[in-house]
Amino acid sequence: MEYKDYYKVLGVERAVSQDEIKRAYRKLARKYHPDVNTGPDAAESERKFKDVGEAYEVLQDPEKRAAYDQLGANWKEGQSFSPPPDWDEGFEFSGGGYTQADPNEFGSFFDDLFARQGRPQANARTDRRFNAPGQDHHAKIVIDLHEAYQGGSRDFSLRAPELDANGHVVLQERAIRVSIPKGVTNGQHIRLAGKGAPGFGKGKPGDLYLEVAIKDDAAYRVEGRDVYMDLPITPWEAALGARISASTPSGKVEMTIPKHAQTGKKLRLKGRGIPGKTAGDLYAVLKIVIPPTESETARALYEQMAREMDFDPRAKLGA
Amino acid sequence: MAKSNAVEPLSEIVGPLTLVELCHICGSPADWLIDLVDEGILEPLGESRPVWRFESTSITVVRKVQRLQSDLRLNIPAVALVLSLVEENAALKRRVQLLENDPPK
Repeated sequence: MEYKDYYKVLGVERAVSQDEIKRAYRKLARKYHPDVNTGPDAAESERKFKDVGEAYEVLQDPEKRAAYDQLGANWKEGQSFSPPPDWDEGFEFSGGGYTQADPNEFGSFFDDLFARQGRPQANARTDRRFNAPGQDHHAKIVIDLHEAYQGGSRDFSLRAPELDANGHVVLQERAIRVSIPKGVTNGQHIRLAGKGAPGFGKGKPGDLYLEVAIKDDAAYRVEGRDVYMDLPITPWEAALGARISASTPSGKVEMTIPKHAQTGKKLRLKGRGIPGKTAGDLYAVLKIVIPPTESETARALYEQMAREMDFDPRAKLGA
Repeated sequence: MAKSNAVEPLSEIVGPLTLVELCHICGSPADWLIDLVDEGILEPLGESRPVWRFESTSITVVRKVQRLQSDLRLNIPAVALVLSLVEENAALKRRVQLLENDPPK
């Protein structure tokens, strides 16, 4: 395993007080919280948030911090590392520190050092004399836009904590086939009845709830049930108006570009968004693309426009 | 637990939920969910509590609120503020992306 420098993760010196560790953690937790970070950096933020949580889990607990410090300050981040056999000898772990965070989320460095102590043990509910329904599970799946439009069926790999034979919590990976209902959109949930945790005794199994997220697509943006796409057009189509044919998630459509269209103008295709009882709309956002001036003819045409057209786009600037 | 499920389980989009159903799915007390409605974080259809119906997107919102509350120790008005700022921020990012995507080819 690789050594992790928890102090570096929190951006503090090794000698700082517990209070400073808390402050550093809180600041970074706000910065990298997955629910606060959207857009292209979201995945990176989530990874950092987990690292920061793992570092804090160790450093906020004076016992674990002391044990970690004992490994020495000479290790470098990422260096290959195996803990000395009795590294934690003589340290008493009260075991209360794992309640806030889920250690299953942490990396193998944390696992190897601390996972042996204080893991939640099997509780009374595993006693087979009880009958109780199983817990509902929640997970998130990412689907493609075309699956939202057409529906489909696909295997997803989910990880869920389960109790093993000895009552330890282990992360169990399972493949599950999900039929994606047509018309599902961002933030909606799909329920798979009976696919949550198994029940105890004669209890029924829980349900599995899957939160749906539609994968970002270079060509399309999804907002609720509405879908936005950029539609490149030529300057003459924009100036003169045109009938054009364009590919959309629900197939080819004919569209009318109005005269004097400008970049940024939205054309609404009613009901061509994500399908449903009230289907969303598709918005084609016009983008005028200027053709290159590589050929002589093209150059000549531009020069002719420059000479003959009385047009000053900067007139309003008053220059 | 089986490694794979050969038989496809029944899957359905979770339909409009009553307050009680939402409590059950999210493991949250009704009072707390009512607070979220009062704060405008959840927007059920229906005039009064007995006829409230929540879209399944509410589950996503509730879980987000739960995480923000426990991870950042926020109260409900602060969560409401964060959510609206995050939404605004996302809209601005999309706008910037749209403008920057204008590839001069």
